[in-house]
Amino acid sequence: MTMKALTAVAAVMAAMSIPAMSIPAIAQDNKAEVIHWWTSGGESAAVKVFADQFGKAGGAWVDSAVAGGVNARTAAINRTIAGNPPAAMQFNTGKQFDELVEGGLLTDIDAVATANNWKANLPQALIDATTRQGKMFAAPVNIHGQNWLFYNKELLAKVGAKEPRNWDEAIEALDKIKASGAIPLAFSGAKNWERLLFNAVLVDKGGPAIWSAFWAKRDPAVLKSPELRKAADTYKKLKDYTDPGASSRVWNDATGLVIQGKAGMQIMGDWAKGEFSAAGKAPEKDYGCVILASGSHGFIFGGDVFAFPKLKDANAAKAQALLAKTMLDPAAQIEFSLKKGSLPARLDVDASRLDACAQKGMKYVLDKNQQLPSDVMLAPPAVWGAIEDVISQFWNTAMTSEQFIDKLAVAFKQNQ
Amino acid sequence: MASPRMSSRASAYSALLPAFIVLAVVYIGSTVWTMWMSLTGSRMLPNNNFVGLRNYEILFSNDRWITSVHNLAFFGVLFVAISLALGFLLAVAIDQKVRSEDSWRSVYLYPYSMSFVVTGLVWQWLLNPTLGIQKLVRDMGFETFTFDWIAHAETVLYCLVIAGVWHAAGLVMAIMLAGLRGVDEDIWKAARVDGLPTWRVYASVVTPMLGASFATAGVLLSTSVVRLYDLSVAMTRGGPGIASEVPAKFVMDHLFERANISLATAAATSMLITVIAVVAPYMYWRTRVAARGRA
Repeated sequence: MTMKALTAVAAVMAAMSIPAMSIPAIAQDNKAEVIHWWTSGGESAAVKVFADQFGKAGGAWVDSAVAGGVNARTAAINRTIAGNPPAAMQFNTGKQFDELVEGGLLTDIDAVATANNWKANLPQALIDATTRQGKMFAAPVNIHGQNWLFYNKELLAKVGAKEPRNWDEAIEALDKIKASGAIPLAFSGAKNWERLLFNAVLVDKGGPAIWSAFWAKRDPAVLKSPELRKAADTYKKLKDYTDPGASSRVWNDATGLVIQGKAGMQIMGDWAKGEFSAAGKAPEKDYGCVILASGSHGFIFGGDVFAFPKLKDANAAKAQALLAKTMLDPAAQIEFSLKKGSLPARLDVDASRLDACAQKGMKYVLDKNQQLPSDVMLAPPAVWGAIEDVISQFWNTAMTSEQFIDKLAVAFKQNQ
Repeated sequence: MASPRMSSRASAYSALLPAFIVLAVVYIGSTVWTMWMSLTGSRMLPNNNFVGLRNYEILFSNDRWITSVHNLAFFGVLFVAISLALGFLLAVAIDQKVRSEDSWRSVYLYPYSMSFVVTGLVWQWLLNPTLGIQKLVRDMGFETFTFDWIAHAETVLYCLVIAGVWHAAGLVMAIMLAGLRGVDEDIWKAARVDGLPTWRVYASVVTPMLGASFATAGVLLSTSVVRLYDLSVAMTRGGPGIASEVPAKFVMDHLFERANISLATAAATSMLITVIAVVAPYMYWRTRVAARGRA
């Protein structure tokens, strides 16, 4: 229970930081309380962009930051059910707010979307991910690429490896790094990162068709496909390229190993760029970034959205509409992305100010064929959670690929 | 004429009423609601769609749950046994009229003042092969020294036991020491007259007299086994894989992150039933003993 106490303390501390962040209440009518979990340095700088823009547009942002995504969502959902909802609440792009829509607790923002021409300027996958019953119920604010390979350019040059384009080439490079004595693959052992790595392999070996059959349809036939078998074998093989310290390492320490040249490469979402920047490393100069895809298709992307609970007060509803409009304003989008390290959700923004890796990412986002919605966009939490447990067992035990596939079949069946 | 007695009884009941309402609503009410939820199809939000025992079917064919239950049994037996044994030995050591006894007592009791979260983090660092004990010994020149239990699914549970015992042994020591101090001096004198060696007195005479202390310590340790959660979260996050998952963590993860209320409540209900199955016969036995004592 101590963990809960810690969480409570964090929540109280976050709540106490409200006065520092909020704009003086010039317009009481347009006051909007926002629950989110962006608490780290770069994240809170990014969210301040939204707060400032909202203030300029005549709103008053009331900041309720809760450390940790699960805690923030739990707090927001509990308040919504209890009848005291915030004006806006953060979710990961995906199915986390489905039941709130079904329960009639969220207000749709279709009018705002139409008035500001969102549907022409957002990637289709994001529109799909936020549309329920034909209406948009959330504002997608950013895109995070999840299957980036980050590598130390100096180390790869030293061992004589070039930038890999797919996992076969990556394994050649890993072998060379291993021979040099460095840690080939920097890894952090937690279930979500084990799933993330599996996904990166699955996209390369399976391509978009297998990806969608696996995560969206959870079609048992996909488990018999040779592509999945290949993905499983490759994934398991990667374990040999990690070090014993990986199991209790956190992800940013793993990035640190790549930065210091102690490890060659890491698979991580684009949020890892923040670590490189903080260490003074430049993209495509000190470190490289690449998406591994044999078929040249497959940029897994997720992100964050804000949903707007139904409020009784008509003024509050106006503030919500203004907030949604502000968040997807092209200028706010680009400023936010620069601070957060993510890609803007809007496609009609000036991408020239983004860093080299983000510009690579924008190319993927603009190409419709590359867009693969992330696992959490395709499957509800209960389902991806059950599959994650199986992946994690496979990674950490002597389980064979056959046993892995059998267990996946059980997880698929139980969660149909 | 019975009115004074009646009114005192009535006032006693009325004083107890708030506590009784809290008990009924908070404990019993929540427990019943939890049990009901486990029979529904609730995912993120509670609903009342009855699905029978389906959640229990899923639960007991779920590898992670089965592993969690096994882990709890394994951890519980080792943790309680080693903590009791080590705590008792520490108490005996301190009982030898050692110098600066107070300081020793504080030193041994100190870990107990820390939360399981802090304990878990400290031991996570110590046991991490690239940061902790293994690296220290290797840096001292023993290049082949290996102590990476925490990185392997087969051995990670021992790491939890080590940290748990480190945390709890001091408490057991304090309880045992109080028990030892309660042993009559005359027994020691009598034993000395009979020429018994000290270890023999501890083993055959004193230990059986400490039954109450062992029971107290055992109950305290057992409760921390059932609610084991923070140690696993802070130390291993349930990993590697699912190797150090515990039932309480299963419930918490499914209740919130996994948004699967029905499966979480099925797991919680299963835990409750298990605890009742263990405690009920014991309570029954206690009441029988008490009744016999009165007769």
